[in-house]
Amino acid sequence: MNYIDEQTVQKNMGNRIKKNKMWRWLFFSATMIALLFLAALAYRILTQGIGGIDWQFISGFTSASPERAGIKAGVVGSLWLMAVTAPVTIILGVATAIYLEEYAKKGRLTNFIQTNIQNLAGVPSIVFGLLGLTIFVYVFNIGEVILAGGLSLALLVLPVITVAAQESVRAVPTDVKEASYAMGATKWQTVRRIILPAAIPGIITGSILALSRAIGETAPLLVVGASTAIFTLPNGIMSPYTAMPIQIFSWTQQPQQAFQGVASAGIVILLVILLLMNSIAVFIRNKFQNRY
Amino acid sequence: MAQTNEQQSNETVKQTESKQTVYNVQNLNLWYGEDQALYDVNMKIGENDVTAIIGPSGCGKSTFIKTLNRMVEMVPVVRTSGEISYRGDNIFDRSYAVEDLRTKVGMVFQQPNPFPKSIYENIVYGPRIHGIKDKKTLDAIVEKSLKGAALWDEVKDRLDQNAFGLSGGQQQRVCIARCLAIEPDVILMDEPTSALDPISTAKIEELVQQLKENYSIIIVTHNMQQAARISDNTAFFLNGELVEYNDTNTLFSTPGDKRTEDYITGRFG
Repeated sequence: MNYIDEQTVQKNMGNRIKKNKMWRWLFFSATMIALLFLAALAYRILTQGIGGIDWQFISGFTSASPERAGIKAGVVGSLWLMAVTAPVTIILGVATAIYLEEYAKKGRLTNFIQTNIQNLAGVPSIVFGLLGLTIFVYVFNIGEVILAGGLSLALLVLPVITVAAQESVRAVPTDVKEASYAMGATKWQTVRRIILPAAIPGIITGSILALSRAIGETAPLLVVGASTAIFTLPNGIMSPYTAMPIQIFSWTQQPQQAFQGVASAGIVILLVILLLMNSIAVFIRNKFQNRY
Repeated sequence: MAQTNEQQSNETVKQTESKQTVYNVQNLNLWYGEDQALYDVNMKIGENDVTAIIGPSGCGKSTFIKTLNRMVEMVPVVRTSGEISYRGDNIFDRSYAVEDLRTKVGMVFQQPNPFPKSIYENIVYGPRIHGIKDKKTLDAIVEKSLKGAALWDEVKDRLDQNAFGLSGGQQQRVCIARCLAIEPDVILMDEPTSALDPISTAKIEELVQQLKENYSIIIVTHNMQQAARISDNTAFFLNGELVEYNDTNTLFSTPGDKRTEDYITGRFG
């Protein structure tokens, strides 16, 4: 005798297929809602902001009158910040990742460090701002300059870059590493000649994505004392500065309605730079993806 | 027929005795954490011999061969006791640098594992690691190693191409050439043909016969016919123990242990 009854199977068939379709639509709608908000945001920013973008806006300093306000100091300041943040985080992050993946003995201590790095990646950015304020501005007495801002942002993205670099290092196949060790290579030779070349595309991609998070951060920079109105360009890492998101934030705080348009124009510039960075990351990822 | 077999085996035994010992394994025990994988292995391996290691899956044959160049230590929880002397020196000595050992003892793995680099770069990897920079020397090493691995004629016009573009059998011969490039004394092969088709397998087997002129070869295989075809001596492992170790003809024609007989006649494994 058969345990499976043909009639029961047929009876349930229609229902099962209907249910399957329903879930498909549910997941699809969830995606669409996110896309809808993104589209609305893009539409609002573009319609409000695009008109405000002209050469005057890109090449000018901020001003008390909305027509003459420009974002030059913000763009240049943000680039200076990245010039401090990028080398510091990439060097420290990659070194940490290599140590944890290749050198550290797997055990409780390593697990503990690992867990905490992941926790740090989730700490709100303002906390890193306060940390930066305490350490760089007060203890080391650097002052409210680019170096302090850049280092605070470095603290913020260091865990993210470390985790990304760890993932890239871990993705290098074991058998290739074994081949190197089996030929008498030392750990350092294997890291330098086999692991790093294979991991670097992933590391670069992860770093760019992390830095594009840093470039959009406002809170920690407000805390460590970025200026909101500045009329000279920085001439070194010890200069006072402003950054794009700070500039945009300060415009939104102005009483005149026209400054909202200026802020939107600033957001367009910020988004363009972010998209540019993300596209570079995607490009690098695609170009080197199929190495293994 | 039986007589000729015996004569041959007697000769082989004599030869073995006059040969230098490359490896002398004494009372080797090995644990992965709490699980013991090798029990009290004693074994002498002679120069310019092809020594085959056979046994069913999980019998410890791969573990054993990876102990000979200490690659087994890539697994962090490994512990050993006993001694392996390579040319008279205990490889477990603190003063014995593992890099030094692996320079003299090359290894070919089960899965072909070329680097994601050109064929040329694959071969010169080892020599570069050991400090050779001169372009002419490196070129000469590449030619010699690829000829040694019977691959030169197939790839000499495309040395700058990525080794990943080669067939599985060719990739494995790149790995053999890469191993020859460090001019080792011993070559360990861990089931080198298990991922290859019959034609590539035949080529590698033929190559092993040529290589034994200059190298001592220890080869793990799960293919008994292969062991019988290419090896001088065969060791049969079962559940982490070395059950029987003898010259290949004797082991396959008149096994001394019931378990060996059961295995080679296909009653288990």
